[in-house]
Amino acid sequence: MIPYVTAGFPDDGTCFSILREMAQAGADLIEIGIPFSDPIADGAVIQQTSQWALERGVRLKDVFALAGRLSEHTRIPIVLMGYYNSLLQYGLDKFVHRASLDGVRGLIVPDLPPEEAEDLRAVGEKHSVGLVHLCAPTSSPERIRLLGEKTSGFLYLVSVTGVTGIRERLPQELPEFIRRVRKNTSSPICVGFGISSPKQAQEAASAADGVIIGSAFLRFILEHSREKDLPQRVGTFLGGFRQALDEIRVLQ
Amino acid sequence: MKMPQPDESGHFGIFGGRFVPETLMEALAELDQAYIQAQGDRDFREELASILKNYAGRPTPLSFAGNLTRKLQGARIYLKREDLNHTGSHKLNNCLGQILLARRMGKKRIIAETGAGQHGVATATVCARFGLDCTIYMGETDIERQRVNVFRMELLGAKVVPVASGTRTLKDAINEAIRDWVTHVEETYYLIGSVVGPHPYPLMVRDFQKVIGEEAREQCLEYEGKLPDAVVACVGGGSNAIGIFSAFIADSDVALVGVEAGGRSSGAGEHAATLCHGRPGVLHGARTFLLQDEEGQIMPTHSIAAGLDYPGVGPEHSQLLATNRARYVSETDESALSGFHLLAREEGILPALESAHAVAHAAKLAPEMGHKGLLIVCLSGRGDKDVQLIEELADTRSERRRVAVASG
Repeated sequence: MIPYVTAGFPDDGTCFSILREMAQAGADLIEIGIPFSDPIADGAVIQQTSQWALERGVRLKDVFALAGRLSEHTRIPIVLMGYYNSLLQYGLDKFVHRASLDGVRGLIVPDLPPEEAEDLRAVGEKHSVGLVHLCAPTSSPERIRLLGEKTSGFLYLVSVTGVTGIRERLPQELPEFIRRVRKNTSSPICVGFGISSPKQAQEAASAADGVIIGSAFLRFILEHSREKDLPQRVGTFLGGFRQALDEIRVLQ
Repeated sequence: MKMPQPDESGHFGIFGGRFVPETLMEALAELDQAYIQAQGDRDFREELASILKNYAGRPTPLSFAGNLTRKLQGARIYLKREDLNHTGSHKLNNCLGQILLARRMGKKRIIAETGAGQHGVATATVCARFGLDCTIYMGETDIERQRVNVFRMELLGAKVVPVASGTRTLKDAINEAIRDWVTHVEETYYLIGSVVGPHPYPLMVRDFQKVIGEEAREQCLEYEGKLPDAVVACVGGGSNAIGIFSAFIADSDVALVGVEAGGRSSGAGEHAATLCHGRPGVLHGARTFLLQDEEGQIMPTHSIAAGLDYPGVGPEHSQLLATNRARYVSETDESALSGFHLLAREEGILPALESAHAVAHAAKLAPEMGHKGLLIVCLSGRGDKDVQLIEELADTRSERRRVAVASG
């Protein structure tokens, strides 16, 4: 299970405490989002948390500091998710080098298809930071093969044609989509976009190798932002997902 | 005539390309193929030519601005009259091309973004004409200042969706249109209004707008027996500018001048002069010049002209700047207003505030060029949509004067 949290949301200290709780409550990998002014692949929740973080003045140094602090506390791998312009303006080599020093193992860049990713891939190889590609329901078998070949660590399956966000149910076509991807790549598959409840996580994970959950956690944080024990509550909330996922293993 | 062509994946030099979510990659490849096929199809070209003539009213005139020329005592000034195109701006040229393409592709639902509302109106118009469902995304700030165009779109049967995120202007309308497209990609055609976005849009929109330059070049040769010394056009995303520049790019003696929105000042957030003050980055699917902070966050922009109020610019303009083939300057809000009044009084034409930026710069350029000079200004749209805004500005100013007098 891979939880996603926008860096610096709701504030630097609480964000770190939340991530630490998430690591303890059973996250297998942690995805930290870099806030960006124009997140075209994101729905309302992540737009809101990104905006919030930017208005609070979160900069890349804060994102790196968060990753660095977390990697001192846990051995769970950390990946950064960000839009390409953030990396480009910092300088690709400088960005990836700095990320690797702060314990980051992978990058997810939703507006960077493999065709435009050669520069970043080369820099990633130099600093041992992998580039995770996304695969969509609209991707043809040829593209699935290309994405599977180019991705590092796992392939990020976008469950629906759409943006990130909370959804009532998973698309009916998801199992068929996962089968289609399996047929065309041997890369591990993690499913994300729209997974909002432990039951949905269980459904998605039964055919895949993992699930990525972002908006559901962020909405939970938004709704409980005034609670003093917010990090612990998030940990408990994540525990519900963990338990549902562990049940699959028992069943299998 | 030779025009610079991008490489197969849409790069003009280092600019352009396709920086989009994976969900859209197949759709863009499909669009690219459909466009290449349509271009090679005589029926498509003939239908477009016919509808440009019989529905849009092309060719538009190249009017000699005699009064303006006499007043400025410099270069002879011609106006390429895109304001006389149906719907009141050059935007319809592109919309007609893309709607024929969308129909060929079997798409039933059209989405578009709009800033000033000119592209929204043109899109709503072609959707009405071809019986397709139409949704227009427009920033709340722009809805406020371009109310007439919102009503026009609604009269034409379009649904106008207000965008409340970010800066509530064109940039955010594009973000929202991209999110819609990602979500409804199978049945939806995204009709982009400028030479921006991922490949093939910058190329395709240029091709549908190059009719402006082709006509202007031919008309200029007919009336003056020679090519102009300079061509001036306003640049927001840059579609009217690319449209008129494209016919002259190979003529190295013709100066190409793009006029950006200088806004209130050259301070951060006070203007939309992307090529004058920005640097390369990636936004809305393409690598191009952007107004951004040092960490790549997109900056707020300001212009009196909603259609120029955008922090990016078409990638081909970035390449024309990088190769020094075109130069880019800016004119302030104040200067654009002077350009508006100048053209109204001298030539009896109310230009769009966007186009008024080009008029304002031409008014500075013409005297410098001398009597032998020959200048074409692209008058990209008419100013009816801006009359209310100009009236409000005049009211505010006279109010201020009264207050100043009373207290003085």
